[in-house]
Amino acid sequence: MSEKFAMILESGTADKLMAASILAAGAAAMGKEVTVFLTFGGLNAFRKGAEQAPMVMPNEFAGMEAQMAQMLQAKHVPHWLKNFKDAQEVGDVHFYACGNTMEMFDLKKDDLEPLIEDVVGVAAFIQKSEGAQTLFI
Amino acid sequence: MSMTTVAITKEIDARGSFCPGPLMELIRNVKTAQVGDVLAVLSGDPGSIKDIPAWVVKANQELVGLEDIDGSAKRFIVRKTH
Repeated sequence: MSEKFAMILESGTADKLMAASILAAGAAAMGKEVTVFLTFGGLNAFRKGAEQAPMVMPNEFAGMEAQMAQMLQAKHVPHWLKNFKDAQEVGDVHFYACGNTMEMFDLKKDDLEPLIEDVVGVAAFIQKSEGAQTLFI
Repeated sequence: MSMTTVAITKEIDARGSFCPGPLMELIRNVKTAQVGDVLAVLSGDPGSIKDIPAWVVKANQELVGLEDIDGSAKRFIVRKTH
């Protein structure tokens, strides 16, 4: 069994951020070294204040943001960012921002949630995730 | 497993906490506990029934009891072994 788990998180919609955050927490809990590479929409979602930002739903659930927010609250589903923070607290979890996306969106590291460790290129991610069980979300 | 008679050091009520919340609560508490402490975590998350025992094996801790609470939740009793 691989002792490493990696994700390329490209999506910025709440459903995929939620799934990715739960997977990261589970992998961290199971003792995996977790590497998350944030690119495009995934990185955009990690702007500072992500927990207060309006929820973005994918097309198939467009217009259902309010219902979804209500449902999540009723079921005490934590915000996806909290799952990522919990993952980092219990395990060995590293978040990297994609340099290209930073440039494209004119982002500085200071604009992002502080759990992001560094800004890297794709080659660095490939190196860090070598031998990992890897997902693209 | 039936009712255990082992003395519980601390009980964590994680009912109402969403997956993987109960497991994360258990891990947090195991980290700060003393070796030999027995922690009980209450979970209503159906995933916990597989997740918590899987973590206990992986983390080399000991599951000393698993009890049913009103048919709607489980109490996982874990001893910190190291």
